[in-house]
Amino acid sequence: MASEDSTLISLVEKASEGDRRSVGRLLTLVERGGYSAEQVAEATYTLSGNSHVIGITGAPGAGKSTLTACLARDLAVSEYKPAVLAVDPSSPLTGGAILGDRVRMEEASEAGAFIRSMATRGHAGGLALAVPGMVRVFDAFGFNPIIIETVGVGQVEVDVASAADTVVVVVTSGWGDAVQANKAGLLEIADLFVVNKADRPGASDARRDLELMIDLSQITGQATRRPDIVMTTATEGEGLDEFTKAIFEHRELLFGGEQISIRRSKRWKAEVRSRLDYLLSEVAKESIENLEEKKSSSPGSVAREIAENLLKKDEL
Amino acid sequence: MSKKENAPIRIVLAKLGLDGHDRGLKVVARMLRDSGMEVVYLGLRQTTEMVVTAVEQEDADAVGISMHNAGHLTLAPRIVKALEDAGLDVPVVVGGIVPESDLEAMAEAGVAGVLGPGSSAEDVATCVREAVAARGE
Ligand code: B12
Ligand SMILES: Nc1nc2c(ncn2[C@@H]2O[C@H](COP(=O)(O)OP(=O)(O)O)[C@@H](O)[C@H]2O)c(=O)[nH]1
Ligand SMILES: [Mg+2]
Repeated sequence: MASEDSTLISLVEKASEGDRRSVGRLLTLVERGGYSAEQVAEATYTLSGNSHVIGITGAPGAGKSTLTACLARDLAVSEYKPAVLAVDPSSPLTGGAILGDRVRMEEASEAGAFIRSMATRGHAGGLALAVPGMVRVFDAFGFNPIIIETVGVGQVEVDVASAADTVVVVVTSGWGDAVQANKAGLLEIADLFVVNKADRPGASDARRDLELMIDLSQITGQATRRPDIVMTTATEGEGLDEFTKAIFEHRELLFGGEQISIRRSKRWKAEVRSRLDYLLSEVAKESIENLEEKKSSSPGSVAREIAENLLKKDEL
Repeated sequence: MSKKENAPIRIVLAKLGLDGHDRGLKVVARMLRDSGMEVVYLGLRQTTEMVVTAVEQEDADAVGISMHNAGHLTLAPRIVKALEDAGLDVPVVVGGIVPESDLEAMAEAGVAGVLGPGSSAEDVATCVREAVAARGE
């Protein structure tokens, strides 16, 4: 491990001097998990906490990459040093993935944005563990803001939302049915809605539906702050100024008061929670492997017995 | 720092310049995904610089270039050299239309493998896997 440690120190040093290849290597170490990931986490934790983290989610094809690309490009052209973490699903069958978000991000990349693609890699809690760690690597080496792009499906969405300061949900005119089932979830996480593909028929209906949905949730008191809605045609560059402005406004709202510390403390807890879940599931896995079936004991009672024994352990 | 065995291979796939034949590249992307790799797909109209930047930021294990416009003898060595100059120790594999008489020159230029029309999914995956394994030694 000693040589790994010294490699790590030199990677961190070079990354602080602006070496992007070292940043790329550190991201890989975090993504892979295990000992090195924990070392990187320790090395970057105290250096981080300064960057604004934006999560962009929504159904496949809604225009997340196009919007992310425009935002990252515009920020890179002005005084910012943005990074993008673009998450795509792994194939559940083979574990492989096609990460295609970079295709739309050429201009952003040329303008200086750091773009990293990642796959969800199926393993339980993997994304919840890796994403905050990778965001922290960007944060520690001065990337700001950090934009996470992810497909809007179930747990992935929630994991990413809990890693971001500002959550943008992208919908299009056909969004109704797809999103219906998950309405409450979306409203809970969204700080800003974007109705993209405003050039298509039905966009203003989509906006109206959204307004209604938000009205309802305001009455029932689910949401605290009314999320803004902006209309964009990302491919034509229309509405992008409003989009950027809305994101900056949310940032001001957060960083101007104590909102940010509330949100960060939620993020911190969510991360402890997912790390705890992971540790516990690992020990659970171990205990199950050596378990022999006892017909006389119910599965529930055996599980309880194992848990009780585990809790008496000194070290995981 | 040693690569962890169970992590999937990450490969950057691109076509350079104005060569518009991207059907093969799309097929190869699926083949590699189905063999368990993570494919960072760059697609058409890439420059050498764009490929180098992608390898650096994505920390890729390999680069795959698809070539159908007879530019391989200039473009492939250029990519190999640019990666070397950037200190990126990753193999380059090439597919598409490369006449047999050019295979030697490609190998001399440091191209790790060349595949042509009709290559099976297994050929493609094996080519990439062997190229990556050879670098790791
Ligand atoms: C379809 C096709 C087109 C389509 C392309 C559609 C598209 N979006 O891809 C269209 C009609 C647009 C087209 C146009 C032209 N074409 Co054309 N085209 C073909 C054709 C018939 C098939 C190519 C194809 O898609 N094959 C199917 C795929 C799956 O196979 P593949 O690409 O070979 O890929 C396999 C392997 O090579 C390998 N592989 C490929 N890439 C990679 C990458 C990696 C990393 C790895 C590991 C493996 C790998 O694995 C794949 C799976 O087996 C070929 C002839 C042929 N038999 O190859 C000519 C051919 C490639 N075209 C040719 C020419 C000349 C042209 C034009 C210049 C014609 C003209 N005068 O206008 C234009 C150029 C357009 C441009 N901007 O580049 C010539 C090229 C000659 C040369 N290089 O010396 C060919 C060889 C025809 C010929 N015999 O003359 N073409
Ligand atoms: N008509 C129209 N098409 C768009 C718009 N924004 C994105 N697209 C297209 O929608 C497709 C999916 O976009 P992408 O950004 O990749 O979506 P993602 O899957 O959410 O990342 C692409 O073909 C885009 O060009 C828009 O505002 N109007
Ligand atoms: Mg996308």
